Amino acid sequence: MIALALVGHSGALLDALRAMVAQAAPAVPVLTAGGTSTGNLGTSSPGIVAALQAALRASQGDGVVVLFDLGSAVLALEVALEELEPVDRARVAVSDGPLVEGAVRAAVEAAGGASLAQVCAVADRERATAKLPPDWPDRPDGRAVAE
Amino acid sequence: MNEHLLVRWLRLAGARVAAARELLTDLDAAIGDGDHGINMDRGFRELVRRLDESHLADGPPASILEGAGRALLGTVGGASGALYGRGFQRAGAALLVPGDGEAVAGADRAREASAVIAFGAAVQAIAALGRAATGEKTMLDALVPSCAAFEAAVGARATFEVAARRAAEAAEAGAEATIPLVATKGRASYLGERSIGHRDPGAVSSAILLRALADAAAEG
Repeated sequence: MIALALVGHSGALLDALRAMVAQAAPAVPVLTAGGTSTGNLGTSSPGIVAALQAALRASQGDGVVVLFDLGSAVLALEVALEELEPVDRARVAVSDGPLVEGAVRAAVEAAGGASLAQVCAVADRERATAKLPPDWPDRPDGRAVAE
Repeated sequence: MNEHLLVRWLRLAGARVAAARELLTDLDAAIGDGDHGINMDRGFRELVRRLDESHLADGPPASILEGAGRALLGTVGGASGALYGRGFQRAGAALLVPGDGEAVAGADRAREASAVIAFGAAVQAIAALGRAATGEKTMLDALVPSCAAFEAAVGARATFEVAARRAAEAAEAGAEATIPLVATKGRASYLGERSIGHRDPGAVSSAILLRALADAAAEG
């Protein structure tokens, strides 16, 4: 089964997200890399490498989809991915989807036995999914939500 | 680079970063998230701790630089951690492959030749990871002119000490020159034109690191 790796600035934030994901898809392995190695807010490439390797093991080689948060997370993630062996790197797909929505959506897909590409694609797709209904009344500029 | 100078530099850089903790944090509070001084201080404390408590300082320059990068990658936390960490790592890796440093420095000047290679590799790695160039109000506005000044001085047969001083001066001038720029990278870019009027904290921390190099070289 595809595993998820959640990468971000806060261990507490990612622990809470893991609990939300587990509610939707309890069988899906979810590993997190949140905060620095000293427990501060921030991202850590060595921590991300460890989470990715643990997620790969938990997936029994099926693969890992990564969701990440803002700012430096993508930089730390890129450094971490270059540390992986090529055979491992090939089994990791990074999603450009939003962290919360993407993680929950991806986990449900993974629980159904989907492939690495399929799980990553549904997480990506959350990026284009409007959260407000199109007739939401009080948008500041009066425009409809979904263009 | 001479490895005693390298270790001396990293220790002095740690002290200078600690002394500039408030300055860097205030600069970052003006245009970013206000943690650059705290983050850099935490990272360099860990780096110096590893010099003190592990065998990091006993290795060749390439492994010292790689280990310094690894310490920063795990503990700094912000974009600067990934960028400086990757920069130090690539500086170390560059020392392990044949390069054209001797063509710049002359065959008799191994220390200058390897410093040219390492500095260039670090700046290139930071630009590549950050997808940034000069003029975007980042550490590159200090690092790129500094690296060019260092290489030019070495090419003109300056001593290491003089070349490092030129590098520090160019980095400080580059950091000052970020004041009128609009940030297009990182958290500061959220402010758009309101980022004008402040020095970029990353450019300032880069200038601090290079001034520490010049002062460490002058002591040696």
